[in-house]
Amino acid sequence: MKSLMHEMGNRALELGIPLGVQLDLTYRCNERCVHCYLDHEDHGEMTTAEIVGLLRQLADAGVFFLTLSGGEIFMRPDFFEILEEARRLTFSVKLKTNAVMVRPARARRIAQLGVESVQISVYSHKEETHDAITKLPGSLRRTLEGARMLRDEGVKVSFANVLMKHNSGDYPEVKALAESLGIEYKCDATITPMMDGDRAVLALNVDGDTLARIYRDDAMVGNAGEYCAPPSGPMDEQDALHSLPCSAGHSAAYISPYGEVYPCVQFPMPCGNVREQRFVDIWRHSPQLADVRSIRVADVQGCSSCVHGGSCSRCPGLAYTEGNMRGPSTQDCERSYARTGVPSKNLLERRAPPVTGGRQVFWMVATQQPVK
Amino acid sequence: MSDLYVARARNVAARMIGGEMMIMSGRDSSLFSLNATASILWEAADGVTPLAQIVEGRIVGAFDIDRESALKDAEEVVRGLADHGILRLSETPIDP
Repeated sequence: MKSLMHEMGNRALELGIPLGVQLDLTYRCNERCVHCYLDHEDHGEMTTAEIVGLLRQLADAGVFFLTLSGGEIFMRPDFFEILEEARRLTFSVKLKTNAVMVRPARARRIAQLGVESVQISVYSHKEETHDAITKLPGSLRRTLEGARMLRDEGVKVSFANVLMKHNSGDYPEVKALAESLGIEYKCDATITPMMDGDRAVLALNVDGDTLARIYRDDAMVGNAGEYCAPPSGPMDEQDALHSLPCSAGHSAAYISPYGEVYPCVQFPMPCGNVREQRFVDIWRHSPQLADVRSIRVADVQGCSSCVHGGSCSRCPGLAYTEGNMRGPSTQDCERSYARTGVPSKNLLERRAPPVTGGRQVFWMVATQQPVK
Repeated sequence: MSDLYVARARNVAARMIGGEMMIMSGRDSSLFSLNATASILWEAADGVTPLAQIVEGRIVGAFDIDRESALKDAEEVVRGLADHGILRLSETPIDP
């Protein structure tokens, strides 16, 4: 039986309703994470009045799920003014923060305002590792203090554990730490290119062997046997003609602190600016969004006939940053390879089969892909 | 007249999606879809208008139903929604 959430998502897709929007309030941050894709200078953020006006537009457009993120959301002195308006407009609000600036009064206010959940970035259980990634001394201690304050106020908290070379061995302990605190744990091994297209940061990605080990850890993926099962083959041709690559631009959107609208936070294709047009006009009439919406799985070059087609988590935004949103996302090809040991069509076409055999060879191919 | 007052819970999320009111409970993130009558009650639940007045003004005429039956049904609906943490009920006006 399909859930009501699933039905709501389908209805939003059918009707072209932007059900979920991530709004970054600022790119300024009190941390300087080594893998971050943002430019932390303020190039003219939207004012409080602009954001409040935008929130009303988003509510009118049908947005239900609103993620407020950054940068660091608490860098904005008007953060609670914005949050209060968001809740007055009855969005389901999720916050993303490093929690360093969460103090008891702020935790209490977040709970009082009925925020759905707060996602906190935690990179390691060890101060030296976490603080070396954030480049903010004392940040792990303060982040955990903030997490406890929120939890103690009854707020649903989750840890987002981004894995990279620096911390790839720490995830079991971070997971255990989350469990000991009664906090949900999420892990992601995707480092994304900078918003300006610079891909140098991808060198921080964990290597293929490490990724393969993580994917075979039942504690991380549930049933590793199922998760790492051989690919089920390409998607059925008829299904591929109708299937959407993902919800980006269909029922989801991203808005930057400067009012720029994109299909997704991980899909840096500019589609308009709410300082020049109403959000709903961008959403309905942007040629770029129309282009994104025109893509079906069958149109994706190299992927529609790939053996991973039925189970691949290809991200169109990552494909776009590689230069072709109708092409494969090599990072996702690498994930599929690490998961199953079977190379994707894209990987096979990019390079002859590896002589030394193994994931590392394919991984090196991926991280050496040219900038678009 | 019933002395029951109804107000929307503070910690819910709500939006009309394709003509259907969708509500997410802040208590446990459960999602609910309200039918037309329940949507009217939700919209009108300002904490200060008695339920009987809401029913009289917005349900009886619109749905061709007698006042007594409509009020009985409405009470059942709002008590159900209150059980799920979506509405607050009181015999005195509620601070919204």
